[in-house]
Amino acid sequence: MGAPAGPPPAIELRGIDKRFGAVHANHAIDLVVRRGHIHGIVGENGAGKSTLMAILHGFYQADAGTILVNGDEARIRDSRDAIRLGIEMVHQHFMLVERFTVLENVMLGAEGGALLARGAARARAELRRLGAQYGLGVDPDALVEDLPVGAQQRVEILKALYRGAEVLILDEPTGVLTPQEADDLFRVLRALRDQGRTVLLITHKLREIMAITDRVSVMRTGQMVAHRDTATTTPAELGELMIGRRLAAPAPLPPMPRGPVLLEARGLSVRDPAGVERVKDADLVLRGGEILGIAGVAGNGQGELLEALTGIRRPVAGEIRFAGETVFPGPGFDAAGLRRRGLGHVPEDRLRSGLLRQDSAAASAILGYQNDPRWRRGGLLSPAAMAAHAAGLMRDFDVRPPEPALRSALFSGGNQQKLILGREIERDPKVLLVGQPTRGVDIGGINAIHQRLLAHRAAGRAVLVVSVEIEEILALSDRILVMCDGRIMGELTAAEANERELGLMMAGVTPDEAA
Amino acid sequence: MSAPAALPRWVDLVLLPALNLALALAITALLVLLTGGEPGAALRALAVGSVGSTDAIGYTLYYATNMAFTGLAVAVAFQAGLFNIGAEGQAYLGGLGVALVALNLEGLPPVLLLAMAIAGGAAFGAAWAAIPGWLQARRGSHIVITTIMFNFLAASLMVYLIVNVLIAPGSMSPETRRFAEAASLPSLSVLGFAPSVPVNLALILALVAALGVWLLVWRTPWGYGLRVVGQSPDVARYAGIDEGRVIIAAMALSGALAAGVAVNELLGAQHKLLLGFTGGYGFTGIAVALMGRNHPAGVLLAALLFGALTQGGAEMAFEVPDVPSEIVVLIQGLVILFTGALGTMLRPVLARVLAPARA
Repeated sequence: MGAPAGPPPAIELRGIDKRFGAVHANHAIDLVVRRGHIHGIVGENGAGKSTLMAILHGFYQADAGTILVNGDEARIRDSRDAIRLGIEMVHQHFMLVERFTVLENVMLGAEGGALLARGAARARAELRRLGAQYGLGVDPDALVEDLPVGAQQRVEILKALYRGAEVLILDEPTGVLTPQEADDLFRVLRALRDQGRTVLLITHKLREIMAITDRVSVMRTGQMVAHRDTATTTPAELGELMIGRRLAAPAPLPPMPRGPVLLEARGLSVRDPAGVERVKDADLVLRGGEILGIAGVAGNGQGELLEALTGIRRPVAGEIRFAGETVFPGPGFDAAGLRRRGLGHVPEDRLRSGLLRQDSAAASAILGYQNDPRWRRGGLLSPAAMAAHAAGLMRDFDVRPPEPALRSALFSGGNQQKLILGREIERDPKVLLVGQPTRGVDIGGINAIHQRLLAHRAAGRAVLVVSVEIEEILALSDRILVMCDGRIMGELTAAEANERELGLMMAGVTPDEAA
Repeated sequence: MSAPAALPRWVDLVLLPALNLALALAITALLVLLTGGEPGAALRALAVGSVGSTDAIGYTLYYATNMAFTGLAVAVAFQAGLFNIGAEGQAYLGGLGVALVALNLEGLPPVLLLAMAIAGGAAFGAAWAAIPGWLQARRGSHIVITTIMFNFLAASLMVYLIVNVLIAPGSMSPETRRFAEAASLPSLSVLGFAPSVPVNLALILALVAALGVWLLVWRTPWGYGLRVVGQSPDVARYAGIDEGRVIIAAMALSGALAAGVAVNELLGAQHKLLLGFTGGYGFTGIAVALMGRNHPAGVLLAALLFGALTQGGAEMAFEVPDVPSEIVVLIQGLVILFTGALGTMLRPVLARVLAPARA
């Protein structure tokens, strides 16, 4: 770099380092973002992209390293410093006051005096100008809550521009948009670039990187692994850089005879409470004696798929068959009913939904099975029987400390997970659905949990594993489905799967598109 | 670190509330002194008036019965994550159920008549509470708002019914005619209370209700589900527990318990339906449940305390003329403040004092 030719870069990071306890989130990151560029940053979940942007926006402080803005060293202690330097962030979840109008939202924090009228007039004129200049047309008097998601995002961008943003950071901006809205967004971003502003685009979708960026940086496990000009790279290369080469291929699973189809979904569509379609026309088949892995970057519909298959959320379309019987559409499609048929479920977020944090481990150990006569004496729940049941699970699944009376919240993540897994496996379910089996679990715990899942497969049962950890998916699965943006991108067998192909499919690129 | 220090159970359950109560009484004494009264005499009158004689204890238990019922009502709803502010109205409507049975089925044998009257009260209270429950479960209307509004609705409805429909013919006061003798709950004078002391069999019913609530909520799968809903709707969804049904049922149970006030007051003491018989017990029940940590055993103890304060406070205002009668309300407020809102204020102090002893 050293040469002083040309204007200084809009943003330059040198040796940015950040740790959270044992986690090294950012490891000596260097990054140069040239003015008037759209610069993409790609990486898997947990690669450190969000942490890096949070440092740039003043939400976190780096442990070491320097930030240069327009060539001058800058101290960014909070978001006000960032805003003063012209760095604005559009978050994945919008920071808008829904009950305010567009105009009021844009003025928020820049009201311009004690009386609103003058500031409002200025803001209105400025909004009109910005709207015309960048194609960001929004009715200034509309209530934000009445606007579609794409328009709300435009309000966020307008807000940033109104406050004088020179550098705009967008965090996974297309996650909530329809394809048409995404196209509109890209047009706006190009207009911004053409007028000399700088855009930092954080995404895991290679298609977007290829479509719109000028330059791209790849992060993996907290490190910046490569910088490329978009014109000289391919999705295949980026996918490979993103995933990296793993050291050893996992040992192949012992062969199992093909069992009967125990769970089947056809044309499944699922919407979230906001009405956004999160699972789109998904098909899957799960047989006894196999583990089906569902890979994908977090938030691409895996959670909603799991909720639909377990009866927690009603699909809006499609069919679900369990052990040969149609359970959806049909009466009594709910979590309790599917449990009775022999479905076990380890939820993705164990703290939010898998156990009773404020209650004892013994109480958590019967969650979902509270009507079981095994812990009832004369119709009433027996604390002694519940404690004995929990003690048994703790012994069989090595939950430490083995104290049924201890509050569930006081166990470590791995031990909570083993307790939940024990609760679900102990009933020998025909179908076991597991979300993020080892999230937040230490290495010893990971191994124990994997062995349990493999043992369940060896018993001829069907296991479905949803994980954002590719290594985990590769180590456990007979077959792998990859989800991106609510769709199942394709299926791979464990033997033929490699990281590169997986990475591409996770990024929304079908194999034949990759070249 | 930020987790509360572990203290022996007796400290949390006995010592801490006792200290909080002492603090409330100390400030009461100070205020009596400041208003020109004599704190010693006032507190003595409070104690003697509430527990100083058999009859005083009888009155204390009579008031405590009402508070136990409403305290249980609030506690049950709270275990399901619902803040039922409407026990007052539910108790009032419970009175309508009690009175309709007592006035219209008086030919029945006494035991059957009483059972039917109690069931009628419970059914009316339950139905009145189930409506806000249904609105919360199916329409998302906030239970706090709806139960408050249902208190006003209940009050207006009862005024209309008592003044225009149920009033005893020819009577000038807004009340029904007297219930038949068969519709009286037996008094507890066998325990040595004077016949004029209104404590009655409803006290025993309150104790049974407390036991029943404990068994139902802490020892049945249904109660387990209710507590799961109260702790986290997400966990309930995961476990396949129907949150809406639990909410409606918990509110119905809560309303039925609140109707116990009507049983104690109308069948046990007044023997007629009259305007405003609920006397604010529904609201006191919130404080009772708060202080009793929403557990039946705690609710019974807190009801006893509030019953004693009500009875002793009335005596104090009567016996010690220079103490303003408002001081009774003040004491209740201070008790709520110190045991409820500031309930754990002294905990760190106790933890420090007790730590070396346990080392």
